[in-house]
Order: sequence, then structure tokens, then C-alpha cells
Amino acid sequence: MTDTAKVLIRVENLKKNFNNDNLHVLRGITEEIREGEVVSIIGPSGSGKSTFLRCLNLLETPTSGKVFFEGVEITAKKIDVDKHRQKMGMVFQHFNVFPHLTVLDNITIAPILEKKIPKAQAEQKAMELLRQVGLEDKAKEYPRRLSGGQKQRLAIVRALAMEPKVILFDEPTSALDPEMVKDVLDVIKRLADSGMTTVIVTHEMGFAREVSDRVLFMDAGVIAESGTPEEIFQHPRNPRTVEFLSKVL
Amino acid sequence: MLELIQDVVKIWAKYSDVFLNGLWGTVWISLVTVILGTVLGTLIALLKLTNVKILTWIVDIYIEIIRGTPALLQIYFFWLGVPKLLPMLELSNTQWIVVALIVNASAYIAEVIRAGIQAVDKGQTEAAKSLGMSNFHTMQRIVFPQAIRNILPALCNEFIVMIKQTSLASIFFVGELTTAFKTVQSATFLVIPPLLISGVIYLVLNWGLSQGIKVLERRMRESD
Repeated sequence: MTDTAKVLIRVENLKKNFNNDNLHVLRGITEEIREGEVVSIIGPSGSGKSTFLRCLNLLETPTSGKVFFEGVEITAKKIDVDKHRQKMGMVFQHFNVFPHLTVLDNITIAPILEKKIPKAQAEQKAMELLRQVGLEDKAKEYPRRLSGGQKQRLAIVRALAMEPKVILFDEPTSALDPEMVKDVLDVIKRLADSGMTTVIVTHEMGFAREVSDRVLFMDAGVIAESGTPEEIFQHPRNPRTVEFLSKVL
Repeated sequence: MLELIQDVVKIWAKYSDVFLNGLWGTVWISLVTVILGTVLGTLIALLKLTNVKILTWIVDIYIEIIRGTPALLQIYFFWLGVPKLLPMLELSNTQWIVVALIVNASAYIAEVIRAGIQAVDKGQTEAAKSLGMSNFHTMQRIVFPQAIRNILPALCNEFIVMIKQTSLASIFFVGELTTAFKTVQSATFLVIPPLLISGVIYLVLNWGLSQGIKVLERRMRESD
């Protein structure tokens, strides 16, 4: 990853309070994500990792600060956030697949409705994506017939069908049975290797070390340290990073 | 006992058209109330879910007033009060009474629908929004189809309450089943036989409705 790549997401002094401003979850974050970059966010629970991620596509409305996507300030008033969200995929800890739709419809609903892609074309694309994650024979099934790992692969494919510029992963393997974690991580790794801009909140330290271009260590609502996986995992400078890693590694 | 059965048969033979007209009255008033009450109730529920303070505030007051006052008083209000306040609206007595029933139903239905929508996992909305789906499509294609499962059983109870509530219209002699009872009762001076006939027709109507909804619920479970 070179520094010359275009900046895709930029956040400026991002703050988020909950509970009538009694709880300060994000205390001022300034950060840039560049095109093609794979960024892992690690840190203790309650440090604001997920909130930070969810502020990037405005699932959480920041209390103050700005978020820019492709140079446009999406935190500005009167902006059509839906249009920008179409280019920012998200994968959730609890999958959030649509239980009342078939696997195929889960994938095609947003492209057909929001991008006006013809149904046949959307389905063809969806089948192609399902093949890539080994779910093509499940196309006509409802999600209740899928295992957790399969649901998460479906959720990834659903996000990819919108052809996003970036995918945000919010602890994508935390709700999975251990034997299913690898399948999902493999899919994410393939995606990251293919050049997709990826931001991932994870507790899988081995994975973060292996796939990331950059690792952000968050603590108490700020990015306490950031650097290459080697810098963070081998030579952490911040004592809080050292302490955290000593507990999880 | 034998005498009673004979009276029922006799009255049915002579006045069946009165009861059938009454049944028709109850059915159309119920249908209009149910359909328009559900439409209005859904709109009110959606207003409440906008989380715009002033809107939720108005909706709360509307619901509290309607749930906190008797339906009969509301009918009087629309029948006698509103035509005085808004003389340019020229509706018949029957139409005003139906409007009152619709308004009454809308408050109860709004609460049922709001609760049903809020019971859908928040992650579903977030997933739809993260795909860039509009608020309208998110509600129409993702949240509402799942909320129906929560809403339908409670809505069925509301429908049955509403069908029975149409009997209040008989106070104003709007031709429905309870009016039919009163008509036959005053023509024959018999109480129990016409009461039985009207009662059985209500019972069959509501039993049929609850059975129909049960079938629908079962089918939804199977497709789930």
C-alpha cells in the first residue's frame, strides 16, 4: 500500500456521545482510509471500535466531527446518505440476513430496488457471487436453513452485490462457532487480497496481523496507536497497546 | 324450551330479510372501519416512528384521547358535534358514525402496528440502510413483511372488537345487526328469540374471522 493511493474515507475530529452526552464513546478521531487499503481495528471491548466503524456509514450519527467519503462530506446536512451508503458495504456481527427472503432475493433486493439493475442481470451476478463463496446450491433456500458461517458468507455477498468501494466488517466472526470462523475469514482474506478496501473490527489477532496493511489500536475512545502489523504486534510503543496485546496474545 | 325454538323459527321465517339486511349493514360498516381504520392506524404508527418530537407528541395525545374516552361518546361527538364545528362537511348521519368508528379503531390499530414494527430486530433496518436502501423501501420490503407476523394475531382481536363495536351504531338506528334486533323486538314484543338470532350471527361472523386468521398464521409459519 502506497501513500499515493487516493483517500477514500476521511474523518475529522469525530466524537460520539451516548446517554444524553453522559457517555463519551468517541473522543475525537482523525483518520484516513485509502483506496485498496486493508485496515484492522483492534482494542479492548468498550473502546469504541464498533461505534467508530458505524459512524463511517452513519449508522450512528456522530455528535460532532466530519466524515468524508470520496471527498464528499456525508455528515453535511441535506445530503442523500443512501446514495453514498450504496458504495459502502457493511457486514455485521449477527449477520442480519433477511429471514423472509430467499438467499438469492437477499442479494438482489438492493441492486434491483436502488440501482435499478434488471432482475435477470442482478440474479446472474448474484449466482456468480454465490459460486465464489460455495453457496450456489442454496440460492433458493431461506436463511433459516443456513449455518452461521453460511449466513455470514451470504451477508458478505449481499454487500458485494452493490459493488461497493469499501466494506466495513463489524466483528464478522465473533458470533460464529469456532469451526466456521476459518471459512468466513478465508472469504474476507480473498476479498482483501483482490484489492477491495476493507475496514475490519476484529478480535482475531492472527488474522489482523496477516491481512492488514495497517492496524489501529483503539482505547477509551481514541486511536491510541496505529501502524503496520509489524509495528503494532512486534514493536508496540504505547504502554496501553503493550498491555492489551499481553492479554490477548 | 320447545316454545322458544318455535318462536325463533317463526321469527326467522318472517323477519329473515331484516336480519340479513342487518348482517349486511354490520359487514359493510365493519369492512369500511377495518380497512380505513388500518390505513389510518398505519399512518399514525409511522408518524410515531419518525421520532420527530412534535409528531410523536401529537400522535400520543390523539391515542390517549381516543383510548381514554368511551366509543359511544366519540360517536356522539362526530354525529352531533363535528357537523356544528365543520358545517361545510356534508355527511349523512350514518357516514359520521362510520367516521367515528374509523377514528376509534385507528388509535388501537396504530398501537398494535407500532408494537409489531418495533419488535422487528433493529439489525434488519441497519442491514437495509447499510445497503443504501431508502427509508421507504426499508420499511416496505424489509421491516413490514416481518412485522406482519407480530401484528396479525393482535390485529385479529382488534377486528373482532370492531365488528362488535358496530353495534353502537344501533343507538342511532343505522341499519345493522343490533338495529335488526331492535326492529324485530319492537314489532313482535319478543326479546329472547331475536336476541338469539342476532347473537348467533355475530358469533358465526367473528368465529369465521378468527378461524380464517388462524389458517393465515399457520401458512406464514410454514413459509417461515
